[in-house]
Amino acid sequence: MSGLAVLEPDQEVISRRDQLIRGLRELVPPESVVADEDGRRAFETDALTAYKQMPLAAVLPTTTEQISRVLKFCKANAIKVIARGAGTSLCGGALPSEDSIVLGVSKMNAVLDINYENRAARVQTGITNIEISNAVSPNGFFYAPDPSSQLACTLAGNLAMNSGGAHCLKYGVTTNNVLGLKIVLMDGEIIDIGGDELDASGYDLLGLIIGSEGQFGIITEATVRILRSAEGARPMLMGFSSSEAAGKCVSAIIGSGIIPVAIEFMDKPAIHVCEEFAKAGYPLDAEALLIIEVEGSEEEIEDRLGAIQEIAKPYKPSGVKVSQSAAESAAIWLGRKSAFGAVGRISDYYCMDGVIPLGKLSEVLTEISNICERHKLRVANIFHAGDGNLHPLILYHANDHAEMERAELCGAEVLELCVEVGGCLTGEHGVGVEKRELMTKQFTQIDLEHQMRIKTIFDPEWLLNPAKVFPLNIHHTV
Amino acid sequence: MSDLIEPNDEDELAEAIAQAVSSQVPVEICGAGSKRDIGRPLQTAARLTTENLTGITLYEPSELVLSARAGTPLSDIEDALAANNQELAFEPVDLGPMLGQGADLGTIGAVFASNLSGSRRIQIGAARDHFLGMRAVSGRGEVFKSGGRVMKNVTGYDLCRGVAGSWGTLAVMSEVTMKVLPKAQATATLIFLGLTDQVAVDAMCAAMGTPFEVSGAVHLHKDFAKQLVDSEIMRRPSSVTALRLENFKTSLDYRVGRLTDSLSAYGKIIELDDAASQDFWAGMRTLSFLEGSDNPVWRISTAPGNGAKLVSALAKRLDCRASYDWSGGLIWLQTAPTSDAGASEIRRVVAEIGGYANLIRADAGLRATVDVFQPLSPGVAELTVKLKESFDPSGVLNPGRMYLGI
Repeated sequence: MSGLAVLEPDQEVISRRDQLIRGLRELVPPESVVADEDGRRAFETDALTAYKQMPLAAVLPTTTEQISRVLKFCKANAIKVIARGAGTSLCGGALPSEDSIVLGVSKMNAVLDINYENRAARVQTGITNIEISNAVSPNGFFYAPDPSSQLACTLAGNLAMNSGGAHCLKYGVTTNNVLGLKIVLMDGEIIDIGGDELDASGYDLLGLIIGSEGQFGIITEATVRILRSAEGARPMLMGFSSSEAAGKCVSAIIGSGIIPVAIEFMDKPAIHVCEEFAKAGYPLDAEALLIIEVEGSEEEIEDRLGAIQEIAKPYKPSGVKVSQSAAESAAIWLGRKSAFGAVGRISDYYCMDGVIPLGKLSEVLTEISNICERHKLRVANIFHAGDGNLHPLILYHANDHAEMERAELCGAEVLELCVEVGGCLTGEHGVGVEKRELMTKQFTQIDLEHQMRIKTIFDPEWLLNPAKVFPLNIHHTV
Repeated sequence: MSDLIEPNDEDELAEAIAQAVSSQVPVEICGAGSKRDIGRPLQTAARLTTENLTGITLYEPSELVLSARAGTPLSDIEDALAANNQELAFEPVDLGPMLGQGADLGTIGAVFASNLSGSRRIQIGAARDHFLGMRAVSGRGEVFKSGGRVMKNVTGYDLCRGVAGSWGTLAVMSEVTMKVLPKAQATATLIFLGLTDQVAVDAMCAAMGTPFEVSGAVHLHKDFAKQLVDSEIMRRPSSVTALRLENFKTSLDYRVGRLTDSLSAYGKIIELDDAASQDFWAGMRTLSFLEGSDNPVWRISTAPGNGAKLVSALAKRLDCRASYDWSGGLIWLQTAPTSDAGASEIRRVVAEIGGYANLIRADAGLRATVDVFQPLSPGVAELTVKLKESFDPSGVLNPGRMYLGI
């Protein structure tokens, strides 16, 4: 792997490993401490598999009180703590260090209370994203944020990264769908923030904690908003002869006052790979594809999709296909939601997560092609077009060290481009280790100091998920 | 009279705050000042207004984004949006009229600084949910930014939300960027007359649980209702429960029909047409039913399903009158002008049932003696003190406006 700079591990802590593990075993059920080499290996990386570090141990408590005891113990013993949900982070958000323990919430996955009157559900955060929706779907409700990894990823990880998904154009991201949470701070203190009311009084601690990448505390419970599902939803496909035409079509739809529940964009390489996988009827001759989904009654869906086709006419769409059945809808979404996996079948890839103003789409895609060509790499682009969130997948061979380094350089250039055109480094994956050194491209030293001071409030010694989010050279300087 | 500081740009704003820090002179932070009478009374030697920081700096209707300098009048922003059939979907309430300050005075910075949202909040989220980016000067006299102009952004910590609702105690915003949305083509309102509070809350929660995207669910005490609803409709005084539907014209009739069917068990339903609906919800936005009185007003937030229970518990001990928004989750409670405006009783009941209560309208004497903002739990209080120290270590920005000593 390429040279990821790491903080100098605390050898003193490492030398006390056996003693520390004995101490941890006194705080949680015996099976909750994973200390053997094979067991620990499952925790040495996350979905950014290029980076690996073996932790001292993984601890998987079953109650908030156990987490409190573990954190207090770690603070007293200067042990770094890496929070982990399901380990699906694409930015190395759950990457351990040699002198850390991984503290996972995966055994805390219960639904604690569902209140349809208040449209709220209280759950433990080790629950997977999809299980929240599954728990309320018999009553016609759902939990709105839907990251592509929703079958596996936990709410804990979604809270840490403020995850989005394909449908957040209409329903918002994680921070817009959470009412309260229970967090354990590094000193073991358990604090309830918010509740089941719609907004909290005082400073918006909820807003600060969500998206803090596991650096403020361990969130063990959350009260999330659940919403009544629409009567129906149906996607349609439209192909275009250029990404520019597709981008302009998206602007025209939104400009007309129609906000579809999702607008997804794929470029030609992505179309081919996903069609091969999902057989969804994506138009293979198109340079760009839009998947547009609208919701409502059957008549409303017909009406809205008809209006969208009218608006699209000047942009000369081809291969227009309106889903005619639940099975067709599922296939259309399977192609999109499995896009990363489908690309993974043909190549290793490095997934970017920049956001751009929609009006810059064509310019940015051209420049991404140029950047990738310069680095002699191929790229497939997938884009949440409604909200400007671009996922270029840069293809490379993981066993070719030089190519992997080129992929990383290429990715960094792509993200810098996103910032230059008025966007940002990450829309939903988070900064993690992957983008921490790029933070100075988007923020000034003063901006970052205002952020880092908040980290210091919650965790004065920077023991929680350190060496993430902020460039190492300014790490823990306030 | 305090000195008035009127910076003309962000540099002057930063300089003014830096000056306040070096001279250790606390400053009251205002936009247009229409909400100065909310919070604990300040006694600062200087007052800073962002009123000269005006102008829309970016507006891309097809990208649903608008940026403006913080002192830009909200009405200017709403005019610009209306010209493109767009709006701030969280429809910020205008507290000016009920505070005796007149309507349409507020600035966009203050909308976010106070996180004010109106009836549509129940469906679409609060001001803070539409807050995409900001530039601001912290109490260190330093310019910093957070967020940006794009819809999705998880780059670094979410300081926009940290500053939203902080009432000028952490930073002075110089420029704000927000998500905007299309206006609905048409609006209809379903009205029930004479429901009890509990039945009304049940009906509102049932409506919110339908797939028809109800975008407002309010219930008004009969004395409040008469100020919002035409006497043609309401022949004798009665409470009013109103549910709003907004959509394309082609969808609206269908949704009105379906919602009416699903709620028919709660009583007879009267439908307000588009024009009457606009009037009704405009009245909700200015809280016109709270005008013309000096009696204290509380803003209580609780789980929607608990709204009626909470008011009923209060009404046993207090002379008070309630209107409910957010399907029962937001209560505007007018109390008699007693020595504590009902504070001890209200806080006791809120502690029991859940939620919080903030005193929005009261004379300065009362606001100096009663906790205006809901007292914080010890853990949250400690974090609050540290956040204040982090952003404003010298305590020069609106000191004590929210909490004594913070």
